[in-house]
Amino acid sequence: MEPIEVEKVQHILESYIDKDVYIHLETTNGAYASHFNDKAYNVGAYIRNAQVNFSQAKIIGDGNTFRAGLKLELGWVYAEGLTEWTLHKDNQLLLAGHDSEGRLMVALHISETPLGQ
Amino acid sequence: MNRMEKQVVVILPHPDDESFGAAGTIAQFREQGVPVTYLCGTLGEMGRNMGSPAFANRETLPDIRKEELINACSKLDIDLRMLGYRDKTVEFEDKQEVAKDLKHHLDELEPSLVITHYPEYAVHPDHNAMGAAAVEAVRLMAPEKRPVVWAQAISNNYTAELGQPDIVNDVTPTFDRKMEAIMAHESQASGILGQFRESPALSDDLQEAAKQQLGVERFYVWNFK
Ligand SMILES: [Zn+2]
Repeated sequence: MEPIEVEKVQHILESYIDKDVYIHLETTNGAYASHFNDKAYNVGAYIRNAQVNFSQAKIIGDGNTFRAGLKLELGWVYAEGLTEWTLHKDNQLLLAGHDSEGRLMVALHISETPLGQ
Repeated sequence: MNRMEKQVVVILPHPDDESFGAAGTIAQFREQGVPVTYLCGTLGEMGRNMGSPAFANRETLPDIRKEELINACSKLDIDLRMLGYRDKTVEFEDKQEVAKDLKHHLDELEPSLVITHYPEYAVHPDHNAMGAAAVEAVRLMAPEKRPVVWAQAISNNYTAELGQPDIVNDVTPTFDRKMEAIMAHESQASGILGQFRESPALSDDLQEAAKQQLGVERFYVWNFK
């Protein structure tokens, strides 16, 4: 993955507007957080291949980390801490944020076709 | 490690569980000519480690880890069966269905020994769930056909609650083979090995730290009574 280039990512985000798309949205601090630190909690959530349709999409940030917001008819999809992006299989936009060790902390993927099982 | 096994089946949920947890023991069995089959539950699709430096992403990780798993199993010279569950979801499957799935393999392979995780003491929910399903699969077998089950605990509290493990296996004689298997899991190895050391260190120290953490493999013999 590459550091996020706002203009490119914004352009791709807009290409999905008003289409039925599949998203993967995830955040995690790993399954071992409380094993290695008894004061920590394991926190994580993911939703995979949820179908949404958004009318507006933006990626905004300070040049290092970014937030993405997708405006749905009845709500929002939001992700924070995004730092890198890639285009997977030509039509899947992957956005992710990693910690200093390169471990995934947050991910937002958007695709016109279902993401792999 | 005294009696000669006929066939060993390892049942764990993630590619790399076999290498970090049991590869030294597995290598010892292979040196004795004992066939070993690994029933690997998932492809570790939801792992956080993406390589260091990162070369995987969430979408490419399953194929990469599958390749790594195949490589690790070939380093260990063991048979591999991938069960097709999904990382982080094993505990939400129907436990009896998973147990029946495992039992089919056990009925066919007729192992004398099964190695799995100790339910409730294996930290990751997939470890606990796959361990529980493996124990259940063996319990479903006729008592005279049941293999011995070695269960591996990981949690920080396990000796306090379970007492000393029944099997404390010094795997230094096969440690190089174990490290080869671990390193086959390229996307995971450095991230996980890195947790064994407090501060940045040279790779020699890392090897030493790994030996201290990974040089002994411990198991409890499951009691079906
Ligand atoms: Zn695992």
